[in-house]
Amino acid sequence: MSLYRDVTNKPWDNVGLPDGIESKPVFNVPNERVALTVLLIIASVLFSLFLVSYYIRMQVGDWVPLATPAQLWTNTAALVLSSVFLQAAVFRSRKEEVLSLFRGSGLLFVIGGLLAVAFIIGQYQVWVDLGAAGHSVRGNPANSFFYLLTAVHIAHLSGGLWVWSKAGIRLAQKFDADDIRLSMNLCAIYWHFLLLVWVGLFFLLANT
Amino acid sequence: MAYVPLADQDDAHALHDPHSFVTKYVWSQDHKVIAIQYGAIAIFVGLIALGLSIIMRLQIGFPDTVSFIDPAFYYQAVTMHGMIMVIYLLTALFLGGFGNYLIPLMCGTRDMVFPFLNMLSVWFYLVSVIILLASFFIPGGPTGAGWTLYAPQSISHGTPGHEGGILLMLISLAVFIVAFTMGGLNYVTTILQARTRGLTLMRLPLSIWGIFTATVLGLFAFPALLVSAIMLALDLVLGTSFFMPAMMQLGEQTSYDGGSPILFQHLFWFFGHPEVYIVALPAFGLVSDVIATHARKNIFGYRMMVWAIIAIGGLSFMVWAHHMYVSGMNPYFGFFFATTTLIIAIPTALKVYNWVLTLWQGNLRLNTPMLFAIGFIFTFVHGGLTGLFLGNVIIDIPLADTYFVVAHFHMVMGVSPVLVLFAALYHWYPKVSGRMYNETMGKVHFWCTFLGTYAIYLPMHYLGFLGMPRRYFEMGNTDFVPASAQALNANITLAAIFVAVAQILFFVNIFWSLRNGEKAPGNPWGATSLEWQTPDTPPKHGNWGEELPTVYRWAYDYSVPGHKEDFIPQNEPGEEYEKTLHKSGGYS
Amino acid sequence: MAIAVVLFLLVVGTVVFHFASPWWFTEIASHWTNIDFTINLTFWVTGIVFIAVNLFMAYSVYRYRQRKGSEHKAVYEPENAKLESGLTILTTIGVVAMLAPGLFVWAQFVSVPDDAMEFEAFASQWQWSFRYPGADGVLGTADIEHITERNPWGINPNDPNGQDDVVVKRPTMVLPLDQPVKALLRSRDVLHNYTVPQFRVKMDMVPGMVSYLWLTPTRTGSFEILCEQYCGLGHHIMRATVNVMEPGDFTTWLAQQPTFAETQQQAPADIAAGQQSYAVCASCHGASGEGNRALNAPKLAGLQPWYIDRQLRYYQEGVRGSDPDDTFGQMMAPMANMVASEDARRNVSAYIASLPVTTPAETLPPGDIARGMRIYQANCAACHGSDGRGSWGTDAPALARMDDWYMASQLNNYRAGIRGSHDGDDYGYQMLSMVKAMRTQQQQDDVLTYINSLR
Repeated sequence: MSLYRDVTNKPWDNVGLPDGIESKPVFNVPNERVALTVLLIIASVLFSLFLVSYYIRMQVGDWVPLATPAQLWTNTAALVLSSVFLQAAVFRSRKEEVLSLFRGSGLLFVIGGLLAVAFIIGQYQVWVDLGAAGHSVRGNPANSFFYLLTAVHIAHLSGGLWVWSKAGIRLAQKFDADDIRLSMNLCAIYWHFLLLVWVGLFFLLANT
Repeated sequence: MAYVPLADQDDAHALHDPHSFVTKYVWSQDHKVIAIQYGAIAIFVGLIALGLSIIMRLQIGFPDTVSFIDPAFYYQAVTMHGMIMVIYLLTALFLGGFGNYLIPLMCGTRDMVFPFLNMLSVWFYLVSVIILLASFFIPGGPTGAGWTLYAPQSISHGTPGHEGGILLMLISLAVFIVAFTMGGLNYVTTILQARTRGLTLMRLPLSIWGIFTATVLGLFAFPALLVSAIMLALDLVLGTSFFMPAMMQLGEQTSYDGGSPILFQHLFWFFGHPEVYIVALPAFGLVSDVIATHARKNIFGYRMMVWAIIAIGGLSFMVWAHHMYVSGMNPYFGFFFATTTLIIAIPTALKVYNWVLTLWQGNLRLNTPMLFAIGFIFTFVHGGLTGLFLGNVIIDIPLADTYFVVAHFHMVMGVSPVLVLFAALYHWYPKVSGRMYNETMGKVHFWCTFLGTYAIYLPMHYLGFLGMPRRYFEMGNTDFVPASAQALNANITLAAIFVAVAQILFFVNIFWSLRNGEKAPGNPWGATSLEWQTPDTPPKHGNWGEELPTVYRWAYDYSVPGHKEDFIPQNEPGEEYEKTLHKSGGYS
Repeated sequence: MAIAVVLFLLVVGTVVFHFASPWWFTEIASHWTNIDFTINLTFWVTGIVFIAVNLFMAYSVYRYRQRKGSEHKAVYEPENAKLESGLTILTTIGVVAMLAPGLFVWAQFVSVPDDAMEFEAFASQWQWSFRYPGADGVLGTADIEHITERNPWGINPNDPNGQDDVVVKRPTMVLPLDQPVKALLRSRDVLHNYTVPQFRVKMDMVPGMVSYLWLTPTRTGSFEILCEQYCGLGHHIMRATVNVMEPGDFTTWLAQQPTFAETQQQAPADIAAGQQSYAVCASCHGASGEGNRALNAPKLAGLQPWYIDRQLRYYQEGVRGSDPDDTFGQMMAPMANMVASEDARRNVSAYIASLPVTTPAETLPPGDIARGMRIYQANCAACHGSDGRGSWGTDAPALARMDDWYMASQLNNYRAGIRGSHDGDDYGYQMLSMVKAMRTQQQQDDVLTYINSLR
């Protein structure tokens, strides 16, 4: 039964089990996947509002654009690779009967996560370098936004790494393979989303 | 990937069964216990907010009397009262309390889909409340910035609690938002994915529709508050200038430059207006079910009610700047926002008509919950209509920032939702506690609350017409305010104290009845929705015993012609249907 | 049953209250009568809905309530598309009837007539000042960065348009009758709001930008200006007055006010001349302004020159010292006339400000310093500063290292309305309210004890 038909029918007119005897979720995917999708929409709203603020604040005359640090390119590469490895782990895991931490998909998954850690360290290095070059957080609104947006992005990535580490523990403990496959899949989706956000942020920071 | 809905998994696998007292009542993952925890914390902070409102009213009504109310404390009381009531009481109690209790029961599931996350949610909520209350005990006290926390005033010298208090407030809000998000993901996913067999979306009780839509609004609106809180905190702590413009403080230039105070307001109200509906929509839903049950009549125009909830939810993101007509923003925005605001009145009015039309030709059982529900319709009509004044941009200009605004929003999102809360608390009390409450005491409580609050807020509108500004420690000498206005204020204060004291009746009733109330039958009201059909009252862990319920009909089969009872529970197949089922062997 | 009757009575009572209420809009003093019209229109539409819906509900409750002895079953009617769409259309018509005139009037509010005279209202925590264009009819540019004690409006000193601007650093402004005026609104610190209830229109004042409103005054008289956007602790005591006058009187008043250039060209005070004038003061207040309690003469050294200047003027004008209950103030009034000219006042103030600041003896019984600190930092510090040194920005005198007995007597004077309640006291009225931070003698002693500790 389609969603539209569902909300337009007259519920008092039908008695019984029009959908059959199974319970009918709205989306035919695991609950975790639904929750993650909602979470991604929330995160999108959050980043969009930051960007709106960014654009409005940019209109004021005191904005001095920040020269894009070259290291951001290296960091971006690390994040891209991280996403690629996680996705590879997802593909690989579907072909494996048993999943373990340092073999096959497990290994790809671990490397993907470590690359994200590398990205965060790289971002921190950018902060240190900018600070050393005299670009303090309060110096200019462009600086403030650079630190703020990268920090919020890192915060999201750290949340992802927490889930990643839990999946890693379950890998090590050889939990149910379906369970781990789901975790890997969710991590990969989340990583792609954060990569997309980062590319968007990078584009914005580099061009304004 | 094989998908097994949680609702179909058996007990031992899906739910960790609590054994000790601690896992059963403290670190519980049972939605019913979490609901009660949410409710208890919310009502506790609500009482603090009630106390603060009495402090405020004492100052307004009797401005030269109470020795411990100084101007700073007055503004702090105003601020904390508003913030606690809107966020920590109403939002938490409707969604965290009633949402948690009713969603799994009305959807026929054993629990929320992510019980652990649900438990984290309530504990984060508790932490946010502790941080909030901690601000009363730090030097400088809690913030006195007004609940809107407008920059630059909220973090500048000259506002009480401009250092520690505001920071704790912002941190507390951030923690609350995390708590709400964890709970909200649960509510949304459970309602979308875990409904029991036969429970199509349009068979859901309106409570669920209200809670669901409000949760979605909350999930998308709270990020705006989070964004503004983060940037405001950075302006305060690190000295950035997101919102802070170049300004003077005590004759000195500050280091701020170029920030936009209006941006803060846009972000705040992009959250703040949906927040009104985050409180109102669950109230709409709950009161619909209370009315239908006690009118012994299906809710009139169910489909219209569902669509109206969704329409109001959608529109609520397009009206925020009606809070900013006098903010100095581009005045041409006024045309757009006045139009959207008055459009939102149409689905809201339809909901009111449908409630009243549900009473029409019903068989009204005028017990305590029903009285509160009728009281709600009355105050909501009043508060909704005054909203048409404020939404219409040119009329808002003389009335903005006067007591008219205070009276309006207290009527529409203070008194009205609180009346629904009481209706709902009395209505579901037998299911939650397994005891009946005391009807006489409940009715006395209703009369005191309903008449008392109307005595507070009706006259308050007229102080607004007069032009009395809100958020004034005292009026002082002003030619256009006659002495009679002060007498009126004194009377309002007396009414407020009366209402506050009358709430003792509620607490006496629920605690006394817990031990001494009559034992409640499983379905004392003859209600149709699933939560009344549980095998045990109060429902045990896992809610449904051996087998999950199956739903055959919508939630409002009251007084169906030709049926001997005046209600048919949702999980009753009906004779006709049972025959066909057994013939085809489809159901076992 | 009871609820049906009560609902009916509440509807009747509300209508009666509405018509009997003495609390209603103040008599209008601007041309915005069409705002009042839209409000009345909205009242009729919403009033009819209020009465109709609630009476219908009261009747339904009365008619269909469960009664002992008479069983009835509810009617089964899931929906009624015709009725619902009818109600939707009716509601829409009502909404349009209210919205359309509202937007029409709003369009008038948004478009300012070309012949409107501009003036500027400038708000700060918690004072008002005003500015009118000079002969050139143009207001000079202004910015926060130009603000100093001598240029509190922040007028750009290099902008020729600003030199002839007429400036008013007092909470009083004047508008000409029947002349469209456009208010340009600025703020020096936080959000404020320019409201005159009799004008009906109001608008926030936002730091970093200029907002506006316009009106045509239609009635002469004196009206209060209020801040209606919460702006911190002194929100409720941020008052000013607008006088609407005949155009001729307005021109006369305007000519009496200084221009910006005049305020900036004032010669520096002559401290030597001030020292000579001070000789009279020294007999009571001491040779180095240290005060003399026996003569009830407070310490002066340490007070800001603008504060001394203002108080001398108040004594001369009878703003202070004219109340029969103000014994010591009455003694001061004739003394103040010894420095009657504006220059003499300035000189003696400058001399006093140049005197070395000593620490006076504590004369009051010590109170609870922690409690005093709480009250002081929460309430007094907003204007007088956390260190008690006062500020020209809030027009607040220094308190630290001043005589505690004198502060006690002045607080008592404010409390009794002996000081601060005269119409000419531009800032003293604020203390009438703020003394309520110390409602008991104990609280006042605590605060003064704390102030004594601010060295």
